[in-house]
Amino acid sequence: MTLSLVLGQALNGLQFGLLLFLMAAGLTLVFGIMSFVNLAHGSLYMFGAYFAATIAAHSGSFVLAVVLAAVLMFVLGLLLDAGGLQILHRRSHLDQVLATFGVVIFANELVRIAWGNAPIYMDAPDALSGAVDLMGMSYPAYRFAIIVVGLLVAVGLYLLIERTRIGMLIRAGATNRRMVASLGVNIGWLNRFVFALGAALAGLAGAMVGPILSIEPGMGEPVLILTLVVIVIGGIGSIRGAFFGALVVGVVDTLGRILIPVWLRETLDPAMATAAGPALASMLVYLMMAVILAFKPDGLFPVKARG
Amino acid sequence: MRLRGDIRAPLASLILVFLALVPAYAWLANDPYVLTYFGRILAFALAALGLNLVLGFGGMASLGHAMYLGFGAYSVGILSTLGYINGWLHLAVALGVTCLIAVPVGWIALRTRGMAFIMITLAFAQLFFYVFVSLRTFGGDEGLSLTQLSDFGVLTGNKYAIYLSLLVTMLLTLWFIGRLVNSRFGLVLKATRYNARRVNAVGTASQPYRLVAYVISAQICAVAGYFMANLNGFVSPAMMSWLVSAELMVMVLLGGMATLFGPIAGAAGLLLIEDGLKLITPHWPLILGPLVFLVVLGMRQGIWGVLLPADEKAKQAGADH
Repeated sequence: MTLSLVLGQALNGLQFGLLLFLMAAGLTLVFGIMSFVNLAHGSLYMFGAYFAATIAAHSGSFVLAVVLAAVLMFVLGLLLDAGGLQILHRRSHLDQVLATFGVVIFANELVRIAWGNAPIYMDAPDALSGAVDLMGMSYPAYRFAIIVVGLLVAVGLYLLIERTRIGMLIRAGATNRRMVASLGVNIGWLNRFVFALGAALAGLAGAMVGPILSIEPGMGEPVLILTLVVIVIGGIGSIRGAFFGALVVGVVDTLGRILIPVWLRETLDPAMATAAGPALASMLVYLMMAVILAFKPDGLFPVKARG
Repeated sequence: MRLRGDIRAPLASLILVFLALVPAYAWLANDPYVLTYFGRILAFALAALGLNLVLGFGGMASLGHAMYLGFGAYSVGILSTLGYINGWLHLAVALGVTCLIAVPVGWIALRTRGMAFIMITLAFAQLFFYVFVSLRTFGGDEGLSLTQLSDFGVLTGNKYAIYLSLLVTMLLTLWFIGRLVNSRFGLVLKATRYNARRVNAVGTASQPYRLVAYVISAQICAVAGYFMANLNGFVSPAMMSWLVSAELMVMVLLGGMATLFGPIAGAAGLLLIEDGLKLITPHWPLILGPLVFLVVLGMRQGIWGVLLPADEKAKQAGADH
């Protein structure tokens, strides 16, 4: 267990956390402004990955694939919102969860028909297939690129929400949508833009994991559930909470999987350690969430209730 | 039971008589497979009855009840593998473990409301899902085939015995829930569903009532899981996945939330629709998904609510909010 291994894993955790942030940002924004919880957010991620893999296979250009996947998901988000999902905004959270559960079932089968049941793979671009040198430590260039893109998106979202007029409207809409509507803002279009933005971010996340994970039907659900953990820990509706929550979940999950088995092997007998290690490591994030919620039921960055 | 002079009472009786006649048919036609098939429906109906106590009557949308199915099933699986085969012991461990876990989980989860409650119950279910996935000794994510079912002497593994005891358990649960929701306890529980703050304001702490309801409903699901393991001779983490939790919720909603008999109708309805679609096309989820979407949007009161006579509907509408 060397320091560089731990550092490398910490970077992996950061990379995973930033991917989770891309997912969580969209979900929490949509929840914040429309009070709409969308289980099909994981399906948007899945579609992003499939679109990117298909475009990359046909065009040969990785950058084009990622950009186009995000743009396509933005358009798909607009269409979905216009085509029916907006009916759900006024329903109870339970209805939203179950109705979008129906969408998840549908989407997984659709992907199975269109691309088959077997996982498909996507290659990292040649320019990013090597390693980068970080102060004497070598780290896969592609994962480093994910970190850079994730941080850029985080900064971009911050600027969009805190520094632009549309961001001001989003913040105002999250506080009191009726007041914003009565001031002459088309809240329907604002909602639609935010939903599509969330879809584009989920699509971007899906497109970027293509080269490091296998792309298969149902790939969205594990990520979706971790994303839900992130936004619950961070405080539902808070984008700052989503950022820190995502980083904490990403790092704790990744480091836990490496450190807990090692630590158990030193303290317990090997047979016990091999049995308990993976179980404990995969529980860790959820245990952390339980502890946080036991003390702070509204999450770390609670959003004030709105009228 | 509150099944009064409308078509719901005859329909409920018809369903129950049908379920009671299944073993007779199986015996006459020498076709024990129908027992497994309808036993599965009964087990899900039992679990949906349990979930309805919190989801329907208590207004607590738990998206994690499949984990209690898993506790019931794995109590059978793990104890049998270790050589403890007594059926009563399996049942006692299933109930005991579920209680030990449901109390702290419920206590933490019930501190949150609305959306956060849905998420936190889901996350707890995932936690235990991964625990069972990583238990390599007991099958890991592949699941565990049971070489030994819960031991009840000569009745061990007898499909007729399992089916009939499951049917009796479901009827007892139906009766018990009917008594419970019309008791003082049930009144408080139903009141917390509308406004917990007012319940507190009139001097009744709502939280203990919600927690007790949560634990009871978890126990009912554990019993359902116990029966599923014995019926299928197989347990796997797949039965505690969040998709099963969501399906249970859809069953309750389809049957009619906060109705007594609704969950049974909903469980039977959803499973029969699923199997019907499977006969029509291999791509059945393509139809089931939109169907779930439409049921959620369009049939808010579920089958049992739709069948409610008009005057009762008006009475209930007056009672709401």
